[in-house]
Amino acid sequence: MKDISVKELKNQCTELKKKVISMIYKAQSGHPGGSLSAADFVTALYFREMNIDPKNPHWEDRDRCILSKGHVCPIQYAALATLGYFPEDVLDTLRKEGSILQGHPDMKKCPGIDISTGSLGQGMACGVGMALAGKRDGKDYRVFVVLGDGECQEGEIWEAAQTANKYQLDNVVAFVDNNNLQIDGTCDEVMPNIDLGKKFAAFGWEVYEIDGHDMEQIVATLDKIREAKNGKPKCIFAHTVKGKGVSFMENQCGWHGVAPNEEEYKQAMAELDAQILK
Amino acid sequence: MSENKKATRDGFGDEIVELGKKDSRIYVIDADIGKSCKTGAFSKALPQQYVNVGIAEQNAAGVAAGLAACGKIPFVVTYAVFGSLRMCEMLRQEACYTNLSVKLACSHGGVTPANDGASHQCIEDMGVLRTLPNMTVIMPADYYATKKLVAAAAEKDGPCYLRFTRDKVPVIYDENTEFVIGKAHQLQDGKDVALIANGDTVAIALEAAKLLEEKGLSARVLDMHTIKPLDVDAVKACISDIGRIITLEDHNIINGLGSAVSEVVAQEGRGVVRRVGIQDQFGMSAPYERLLAMNGITKENVVALAEELVKKF
Repeated sequence: MKDISVKELKNQCTELKKKVISMIYKAQSGHPGGSLSAADFVTALYFREMNIDPKNPHWEDRDRCILSKGHVCPIQYAALATLGYFPEDVLDTLRKEGSILQGHPDMKKCPGIDISTGSLGQGMACGVGMALAGKRDGKDYRVFVVLGDGECQEGEIWEAAQTANKYQLDNVVAFVDNNNLQIDGTCDEVMPNIDLGKKFAAFGWEVYEIDGHDMEQIVATLDKIREAKNGKPKCIFAHTVKGKGVSFMENQCGWHGVAPNEEEYKQAMAELDAQILK
Repeated sequence: MSENKKATRDGFGDEIVELGKKDSRIYVIDADIGKSCKTGAFSKALPQQYVNVGIAEQNAAGVAAGLAACGKIPFVVTYAVFGSLRMCEMLRQEACYTNLSVKLACSHGGVTPANDGASHQCIEDMGVLRTLPNMTVIMPADYYATKKLVAAAAEKDGPCYLRFTRDKVPVIYDENTEFVIGKAHQLQDGKDVALIANGDTVAIALEAAKLLEEKGLSARVLDMHTIKPLDVDAVKACISDIGRIITLEDHNIINGLGSAVSEVVAQEGRGVVRRVGIQDQFGMSAPYERLLAMNGITKENVVALAEELVKKF
């Protein structure tokens, strides 16, 4: 864990969001909505919580972060570049031929990506495998898995959840980005996620329900979880807003996988600039 | 070929324990059918390297990928039909695209789960998995070949599919026979026809070769245990030395060994192939030998095809 204030984290989050908007604008392709809804948590992970070494991305004892909702990788790329895993100008190559920054995260190409994802529903099982390896090897690293609420409609998530319970993997932390939007509409319309937080609890997980954009709550929750070595896998059930921080993207499922035009880009950057705390 | 018969799943069960004792990176991931996939001894001897995820194959693939990403060599164990088809996209995304050392070790290949019926027989697996980039696809012919190829698969980096029989099949080799992944094993040479087989059909190829010999025809018999990467040189040698090829497989004739061999023949622009295998149809509960016969996977049919080829070409 690094010593950093909530205010600094909030500003880092806004800076990462600007990088997200900028790289998706330059690529004219990508997923801004979910990148922005997961931004606060990803910021807290990379800039405060996780035990990582940007100079040694394959360090065996590092904490792992899996974006099971792999399409929101722009936010992870922004964090990795800012930490020095690769030069920041590489962000401009997002989704371009030959880039290490594939449309969905590729562990073979991009340093700092712990497992390739993109096909929804699969990251949690990989995280469970990593956490199990850690337990069996007597290592104390942890595995953070970022899940979408729509993604939780995939059955494999629950297969993995029951495995984490069976093997008492308290070194797994799942963050559910509960923004209630998926491609075809709201989750409530497409496939209601009845009591998603309670579902994780029913699977034997310890569930922390929070506002996923409240950095104080995120940090406080991660502090609690760090101390809770009680054999239970942890779920942060976070209420979020898709597109958070850019007014015209907020709560619009149309902004799931669309790049801004020049005018929208300028407005988004201006709005984010105004959110920097002095 | 001895009179002795053993299921190749037993070869896996015996070898994996030995490997696991020598190398703590070897893991077994069961999906509830460890008993019939012969992992019981491993789970008892090496509980720290054993995981059972229950009836949840998709998750098994992901858990294995996570373990492999942390330096383990996990063998995911289930039936061929579930391993190849239920887990297919998870293997593609998390084992093949990542090129992680996830091994899929499946019993119940082909029609060997005979009385279980079509739901448990698997005739599509090798074809489906050979289209995944980075995947190696292997079906050993007998107990001893299985032990050697399981050990070779554990040593080889990257994802690998190993397919075993539920039922007992003749023992062809002895414990000193060596096998190399991607290299055909020639059992006998001949000049009139080449019989290229794998798995449980290698024994049928050998019997057919014997019958042909009685009729004055000689057959080269290749055990093509690896269909990907295919031993292209061995197929090319069959084309240039003999020209007439019959493939045998306990798998759909679409996209399995016969197709892989035919791809080489088509590219060479010479040679002729007849494919003996499952005739693109589902099986049923019936004796194993009857299921083979329904599809023409018999020594008699191979002999008839060989005679036809010799007459025509």
